[in-house]
Amino acid sequence: MDAARSYLDHAATTPMLPEAVEVMSRELGRVGNASSLHASGRAARRVVEESRELIAERLGARPSEVVFTSGGTEANNLAIKGLFWARRSPERQRILFSSIEHHALLDPVTWLAAHEGARIDVTPVDRQGRIQLDALHASVEQNPDDITVLTTMWANNEMGTIQPIREVVELAGRHGIPVHSDAVQAAGYVPLDFAGSELDAMTVTAHKLGGPVGVGALVIKRDVAPTPLLHGGGQERDLRSGTVGVALIAAFATALDLTVARQAEQADRIERLRQRLVDGITRIVPDAVVNGDPHAGQDHRLPNIAHVTFPGCEGDAMLMLFDAQGVEVSTGSACAAGVPQPSHVLLAMGFDEVAARGSLRFSLGHSSTDADVDRVLEVLPAVHERARAARLVRGGTR
Amino acid sequence: MRVIAAMSGGVDSAVAAARAVEAGHDVTGVHLALSRNPRSYRSGARGCCSIEDAGDARRAADAIGIPFYVWDMSDEFADEVVEDFIAEYTAGRTPNPCLRCNEKIKFAAVLDRALALGFDAVATGHYAQLRTAADGTIEMHRALDHGKDQSYVLGVLTQEQLQRSLFPLGGDTKDVVRAEAERRGLQVAHKPDSHDICFIADGDNAGWLSEKLGPKPGRIVDEDGRVLREHDGAYQFTIGQRRGLRLGVPADDGKPRFVLDIEPVSGTVTVGPREHLLVDTLECVRPLWCGAAPTETLECTVQLRAHGAEHRARVTVLDDERLRVDLLDPADGIAPGQACVIYDGTRVVGSGTISRTERIAAARS
Repeated sequence: MDAARSYLDHAATTPMLPEAVEVMSRELGRVGNASSLHASGRAARRVVEESRELIAERLGARPSEVVFTSGGTEANNLAIKGLFWARRSPERQRILFSSIEHHALLDPVTWLAAHEGARIDVTPVDRQGRIQLDALHASVEQNPDDITVLTTMWANNEMGTIQPIREVVELAGRHGIPVHSDAVQAAGYVPLDFAGSELDAMTVTAHKLGGPVGVGALVIKRDVAPTPLLHGGGQERDLRSGTVGVALIAAFATALDLTVARQAEQADRIERLRQRLVDGITRIVPDAVVNGDPHAGQDHRLPNIAHVTFPGCEGDAMLMLFDAQGVEVSTGSACAAGVPQPSHVLLAMGFDEVAARGSLRFSLGHSSTDADVDRVLEVLPAVHERARAARLVRGGTR
Repeated sequence: MRVIAAMSGGVDSAVAAARAVEAGHDVTGVHLALSRNPRSYRSGARGCCSIEDAGDARRAADAIGIPFYVWDMSDEFADEVVEDFIAEYTAGRTPNPCLRCNEKIKFAAVLDRALALGFDAVATGHYAQLRTAADGTIEMHRALDHGKDQSYVLGVLTQEQLQRSLFPLGGDTKDVVRAEAERRGLQVAHKPDSHDICFIADGDNAGWLSEKLGPKPGRIVDEDGRVLREHDGAYQFTIGQRRGLRLGVPADDGKPRFVLDIEPVSGTVTVGPREHLLVDTLECVRPLWCGAAPTETLECTVQLRAHGAEHRARVTVLDDERLRVDLLDPADGIAPGQACVIYDGTRVVGSGTISRTERIAAARS
């Protein structure tokens, strides 16, 4: 990290661990297609399979359950489109998902509704950003047989709120409905045990936990068979085709291995930094509101995300002012067109559009230090004052 | 100075931003998102509202090495520019939304936000020149390249706004600017110019208006009141328009006919010969002055539409709200709603919005 800048956007992507960089650099120097039959191919294959075994072990899964993809978006698409296509029939067209899913899940679902005749049922969330199990229960029981797939993220990427995955699986499992969870934000910050969760499929990605961008995995039970999205050589269990990226996968495994090994200790350290951060913010800006679940812990909130509403300010303006002061934060999930939209997550939680636009996400990670928190608190008074002034010139109507 | 460079995604604003950096300013690039639904606007390389344009602007800012953000001004744009455009056409006038956008968005909403955020000025890629007079006031002059000159659409800016504006391109021709963009490695160097109204994707103003306003049937009549045909919306016509009238029967004298008048309530559109379009007196409302308001009658020139000719004129301030403009050379095709921009030589003095015209022929008959 540039010493002159404080990076508080680890939920967007986190720096690669030096060990992962080292493994990746080494593997990039190797020739060999893991599907080839000669010695170089076998050597590459060995790296891929050892990586798969390590990742499986760290996620509480079997190696054959790990299907490498290009990242979280592809894994989510494979799970949702694949399971919908594999299980749909004239009598079974429904997809259940939560209102706070990431666009990488939300958009495949709405695409299926628009183009493939899927009927979609959204599970609402409460003010903390946690799905309402009663509503989900009612939605399932309304007709369990017409559900193709049910999906609920493990932890929300904007709020950090952890979802009641155990209960969701219980609701669906008794009817044999496949359950998927996007665990991209949770991986590395809370313990994940795929077998123990009894999920049918789970998405993880490398770059959120110290690995490279461009590789992720759908962890999926052997007896669950989504229709593939990519057809070709069938490299990944015939569910996903394309020559596997040996160096990416090796670095992914290294990063996941280290991150899981350090998880408990890092979670404590990061939670303490976060506490200092929110204490400081609410001291400097007394009307600031920290959103989501106030409690720490693996059933409540990720340790690394602080989502804060600053009344009378626009998140966009604060982001820009922070950026100019060397502090890098986010207004939520980055949007494709660069046109700031109020977050669908906040709207789903019951925020009005003004409050939704007036919020920032601070997200910490393995490289975060006290100095990063100090810098935020040092520049916050001036940033806040200017953002408030800028909001006023808009006439206070938005 | 700390400067916001408004970057449309086109070549001009990109070079303007680069020049502002070179002049020693601390520059931040901003693309204005003006559409409520960015996907609904034009998707080509022309205009300033599409996702491609935002991407081009971002790419240019990265190449120049300045921070870049998208500012959502879609509500302000819808309220101040699009609504006004529709209302003006509904009232039988012909608005110029670019002036309106400069007056209400770029040098108002954007400038105000910039100032509140700690910036000192807004830079754009408009072709106009700013000069500091001996007394410290900022004068706005036509661009050196009269073919590209955009001082007409900036004629609504007040001294306060001019003090906070930078137009780094006013002293150059478009060719020079394009060559410079190329030299700086800006990908937008060969992007075509935009000409049409940015929020009307296909350039079909009449089609866009009829979609917004629905059918409003009325009649096209000649000056004797004879009905020539029905039409389904007076907003499809502009004073001075000749093409697309589809009158069927020729005039008695066989000469082409032009739209002379639009009566918004009945929707009656009057057509007649070109001579009857000639006006020598205008009345304007909403006068705006680049400096102090004049205290006596001005002997000056006026420009009555974008890229229009200059006319020698005498401008009298009737009161705070109204101007009378006597044209020494008559003009034709003058539509209420258009701006009358007043020049002293190359210097912009101010402007007014044309509210009424007096036709020579009508006055004499």
